[in-house]
Amino acid sequence: MYIIVVGGGKVGFYLARELVNQGHEVLVIEKDKRKSEAIAEELGSVALRGDGCEASTMAEAGMNRADIVVAVTGDDEDNLVICQMAKKKFGVPRSIARINNPKNERIFKLLGIDATVSSTDVILSHIEEEIPDHAIVHLLKLKQANVEFVEARVSPTSVVVGKRLKDVHFPSGCVISAIVREEEVILPDGQTVLRPNDEVVALTKMECEEALRQLLAG
Amino acid sequence: MRIVILGCGRVGSTLATMLDAEGHDVTILDLNADQFRRLGADFNGTAMVGTGIDEDVLRRAGIEQADAFIAVTNGDNTNIMSSQIARVIFKVPKVITRIYDPVRQETYRALGLETICPTIIGALTIKKVLEGKPIETGAKSA
Repeated sequence: MYIIVVGGGKVGFYLARELVNQGHEVLVIEKDKRKSEAIAEELGSVALRGDGCEASTMAEAGMNRADIVVAVTGDDEDNLVICQMAKKKFGVPRSIARINNPKNERIFKLLGIDATVSSTDVILSHIEEEIPDHAIVHLLKLKQANVEFVEARVSPTSVVVGKRLKDVHFPSGCVISAIVREEEVILPDGQTVLRPNDEVVALTKMECEEALRQLLAG
Repeated sequence: MRIVILGCGRVGSTLATMLDAEGHDVTILDLNADQFRRLGADFNGTAMVGTGIDEDVLRRAGIEQADAFIAVTNGDNTNIMSSQIARVIFKVPKVITRIYDPVRQETYRALGLETICPTIIGALTIKKVLEGKPIETGAKSA
């Protein structure tokens, strides 16, 4: 695949390195001379010096050939414009944008960006996992389908304790994929009985997440 | 009209002052409070420090009741992002965006944003002067 990474800072550099090692065709667009030279020195001729927000630079980079554009500059607004221009003007099929402000995830999605990555959110979910009484941990969002994988702990006071899965009225947008019990993974069927402190891994529609949390948290 | 202006530079402050003098309800946002000095003592509107690319800041600036949103910061991308937030999220009836880069202006005009490109306007105006044609200079008459 031909992947264009806009932004040659640390994120862009390490991403490009991994992609090159995986055998993809990569180009990093970076406006700072020193950074772009450092990338070229480390990774070979995969750096283009220029402003990735400018259409002329995108054209020079062969954006119309790119399969994926990844915008990882330090500014959310730049990343938005890079992805929108790449899609609208150059027809790039898939756009990925780094966002710093988690609130922008919703906006970017509304404006047509395929995927956003917010390190703030990633770190938050790790922190959530550490909270002793965490109710629900967000594992992975499948944005196109508006569903996500979550992990929720069964509270000892929940009505589901001691019940067989098939007897529990889960919200209709949820599917229970796995149960983690004392570090073992159980792939459940209808007869599996839920116990206190079971970690339930569920694929749930986003609007059903709260109902699921309430059911399991008791 | 209730108008929210993003960016209190030369254009933003001039526009804010004009609209305020005509009796409109103007709120102007800028990241830097020093810029509000451009507004002058007669300005009756509201000046707020904040970033235009954050929904909550825009809400505090009254964007939900705004009739118009105008983005005139010195950054094309900030103007583009904030205008799209104004249009798509807050459904402000009139959204005007200044974009210096003619190519970006073309792309976003095609996406439905109302854009003003001083680069093109400036070049066209100077061309007219060269050709001896009459133009709007903005100079106050003697």
